[in-house]
Amino acid sequence: MDSYIWGVILVSALATFATRALPFLVLGRYTQHPLLKFLGRYLPPVMMVLLVIYATASLAVDLPGLAQVLLATLSVALLQWYFKNPLLSIFIGSLVYALLL
Amino acid sequence: MRQLLSTTLPVALGYVPLGMAFGVLFVTQLPYEWYMATAMALFVFAGSAQFLSIGLIANQANLLAVAAAIFLLNARHIFYGLSLLSELRLRGWRRWYLIFALTDESYSLITALPHDKRADQNMQWKITLINQSYWVLGCTLGALLGQGVTIPTEGLAFVLPALFIVLCVEQYRVVRAAGLMLAAAGIGALAVWIWAGQMLLVSIVLAIALLLVTYRSGRWIATSGE
Repeated sequence: MDSYIWGVILVSALATFATRALPFLVLGRYTQHPLLKFLGRYLPPVMMVLLVIYATASLAVDLPGLAQVLLATLSVALLQWYFKNPLLSIFIGSLVYALLL
Repeated sequence: MRQLLSTTLPVALGYVPLGMAFGVLFVTQLPYEWYMATAMALFVFAGSAQFLSIGLIANQANLLAVAAAIFLLNARHIFYGLSLLSELRLRGWRRWYLIFALTDESYSLITALPHDKRADQNMQWKITLINQSYWVLGCTLGALLGQGVTIPTEGLAFVLPALFIVLCVEQYRVVRAAGLMLAAAGIGALAVWIWAGQMLLVSIVLAIALLLVTYRSGRWIATSGE
């Protein structure tokens, strides 16, 4: 149990450091490469979509659960779109989710 | 010192509450002591990655999936680094510490510094160190406070998804890649359906394949709003 979380911390630390160090170690020469620019633009939105699904998958195991997740997701997205206040969106979204239980 | 504190004050106002939220979530969602949250703040030092790791640890995700997810979640740092390459003149451990701790906030403060003086090079790593101190403080405080309270877990279950939905909306606001994001949603749903246990790793591999195909064919880019 304890070795597992230390493993996660080690791997997370290395993976994060890799993203910060890569440009200084190897990628410096390729600053202008079109594939790198393309990934820089489109990888983040794609990853965020995957993470939303990953984080909600365990909550949406049946039909009522799925409806609850979809409604809460919609409220967070709309709040964030119109008010641009992350704490507000997260707080009210969680409240909506809890109230729908 | 005074200048350092006033420069980094906005970061403190962001990091301390967000760090506390992480700390509270960490000790209430996971069966670990408070100091593991501190260890994460010290060694990982990445907001969204630390929040994601709570979900990963709760699901007992395998370490390969952890590595892939954290790397790609933080991949935006690669592009910060690229733009700092020519400006970073620090050498030795200060250089490597700055690279290790190059968060969104440190990056934006550093790139906003005036260009001229040699002293600015020292400002760069000092700013970074102070920023990390705020984060470590926030995470630790949150974890200590979270130990004492019992919070209904139902509401907390949606905090992590909500954080990613917020980041998703902000990505959409900038990139406007609706087609690509819908395709990613399809891939994610398919991966949940078929490879439930390995969903994250499988969907990351499929999504990268999708991106490479899109890059080659140039499709969907027309919807990017460029």
